[in-house]
Amino acid sequence: MSEMLIKSLEGHFKDQIKSLKFYCGEVTIEISPADVIEVFKALRDKDEFQFEQLIDLCGIDYLKYGEDEWETEEATGSGFARGREVEEKARELNSPRFAVVYHLLSVTLNQRLRVRVFVNQEDMQIPSVIDIWNGADWFEREAFDLFGILFEGHPDLRRILTDYGFIGHPFRKDFPVIGELEMRFDEEKQQCVYEPVSIEERILVPRVIRRDVEGPKS
Amino acid sequence: MAEIEHYTLNFGPQHPAAHGVLRMILEMDGETIERADPHIGLLHRATEKLAEIKPYNQSIGYMDRLDYVSMMCNEHAYVLAIEKLLGIKPPKRAQYIRVMFAEVTRILNHLMWLGAHGLDVGAMTMFLYCFRDREPLMDAYEAVSGARMHATYFRPGGVYRDLPDTMPQYEKSPWRNEKKLKELNANRQGSLLDFLEDYCEQFESSIDEYEALLTENRIWKQRLVGIGVVSPERAFQLGLTGPMLRGSGVAWDLRKMQPYDIYAEVDFDVPVGRNGDCYDRYLVRVEELRQSTKIIRQCIHWLRKNEGPVIIDDHKITPPKRADVKNDMESLIHHFKHFTEGYCVPEGEAYASVEHPKGEFGIYLVSDGANKPYRLKIRAPGFAHLSAMDEMSKGHMLADVVAIIGTMDIVFGEIDR
Repeated sequence: MSEMLIKSLEGHFKDQIKSLKFYCGEVTIEISPADVIEVFKALRDKDEFQFEQLIDLCGIDYLKYGEDEWETEEATGSGFARGREVEEKARELNSPRFAVVYHLLSVTLNQRLRVRVFVNQEDMQIPSVIDIWNGADWFEREAFDLFGILFEGHPDLRRILTDYGFIGHPFRKDFPVIGELEMRFDEEKQQCVYEPVSIEERILVPRVIRRDVEGPKS
Repeated sequence: MAEIEHYTLNFGPQHPAAHGVLRMILEMDGETIERADPHIGLLHRATEKLAEIKPYNQSIGYMDRLDYVSMMCNEHAYVLAIEKLLGIKPPKRAQYIRVMFAEVTRILNHLMWLGAHGLDVGAMTMFLYCFRDREPLMDAYEAVSGARMHATYFRPGGVYRDLPDTMPQYEKSPWRNEKKLKELNANRQGSLLDFLEDYCEQFESSIDEYEALLTENRIWKQRLVGIGVVSPERAFQLGLTGPMLRGSGVAWDLRKMQPYDIYAEVDFDVPVGRNGDCYDRYLVRVEELRQSTKIIRQCIHWLRKNEGPVIIDDHKITPPKRADVKNDMESLIHHFKHFTEGYCVPEGEAYASVEHPKGEFGIYLVSDGANKPYRLKIRAPGFAHLSAMDEMSKGHMLADVVAIIGTMDIVFGEIDR
């Protein structure tokens, strides 16, 4: 099943596919933003693909990918302290940060495909697929709202999940989990006021990466 | 006479027919909808972001609170995604228990939908009937997990514990006499499986009752037939799944087409509509109630005959037995590590989807090898359905908007996440 799909993908998009992976029984391809419209049109319309549904579209921020908060090479005598400080670590420059991931489903051929597109770092733009799958509308608005990715050609790119008048893109990895503003009712002014958050961010369970854990073979 | 041109109407966010906190800006021409603009996010809790700062197992409870009327189905997708990345498969008995409870959950969800949908278009009795029949299923939830709604029962590698041999009983109180008490506890004398079997028995006649009330009901048909029609082509374009897609005549059910757990081994049919209107979707969902009962029966039958473990024995992923923790150093360490650090999931990404009562519910999990997800994306069926609101309600009357919201089976827990 998947071999067929991989073969036709390689045949059709020889020049566009930057990488192709088969893992956990799922096919993932990566393409560049310039090819988005052309490739997706073909994926929808060509007989060997027939991906008539866009199941999901989401943004990912790779800013802190592979970073841990606690090294575990050896057993430590001190253990880790509760409430660790949030550290800022330098990141490799030039590595792409934001990606949009599309999950496609073909009901006719009963197959799935994942497509990852890294967004241009300078202008944060990527072509909208709303004309290919109309259902992309809200998914793109969500990715814009949470990550600040701009979908070129989207007719109505408004915020969708966050509050009216919200500032920032909350799912970016450099946006604190506790937020930036807090709201309360002010007795004197008799209205709601926004102030910088008064609580401190802390880590209860540190992020640990263990390289000795093995996954499924394919 | 004054000419009234287009005007806008604010619907919700506090409106009994809005099924939660839906705010809609309706542009109207008289009583006809020209454009509907749903504003969502009033229940946004950033579940996906919260999951990024917690070990994997601590987020199972959050899954219950997404679509809070089909709790275990959400958990199901989440644990399947983790299992995919870990490359483990739960024991057969655990898979049967999961499927049985997934179907119990489907009945819970569809009953909630049927009752609320009925109430929206004026059938008060349905609401009471449906809530009456939801109650025993909640008791089944409670018997197995200790919680009536937010069960947190599924685990990567199986389920939390085996099915109980006894059911909790109603207790004596000044408001119940001996006779009444006996009546209430009559079907609770055996195990959970006996209780569920007894439920299936009487539930089938309950479905007949619902159908007698609604299916040929003149008012019900007037409100639903020909409302919110979606063609199969448009359904694909808009990303509709589940009963919304099957109502339009597409025989697509993940339980059949991409079976997970033991769905390939149970026998059931996939009901399909013809016209793609609200009435067909009603018929599809009612038939799904019957099919779910059928699946539950098969699971009960199998579970009676086959004993066995309900969670895998790998203590790097699942906690060891309580008794072992007291006696065995290794188990004590495993127990401690499991509940503090959790387990690391190998680097990679996986998408697991289940046929949720509302449609395709998917979990897209990206792991960088840590004990917490790097990114978790919840693909909620209701999100795609509600985005089709504008198209489905265009040209309909204001009162039909309520019927369309009802037919979409909107729950804000999953849409706003």
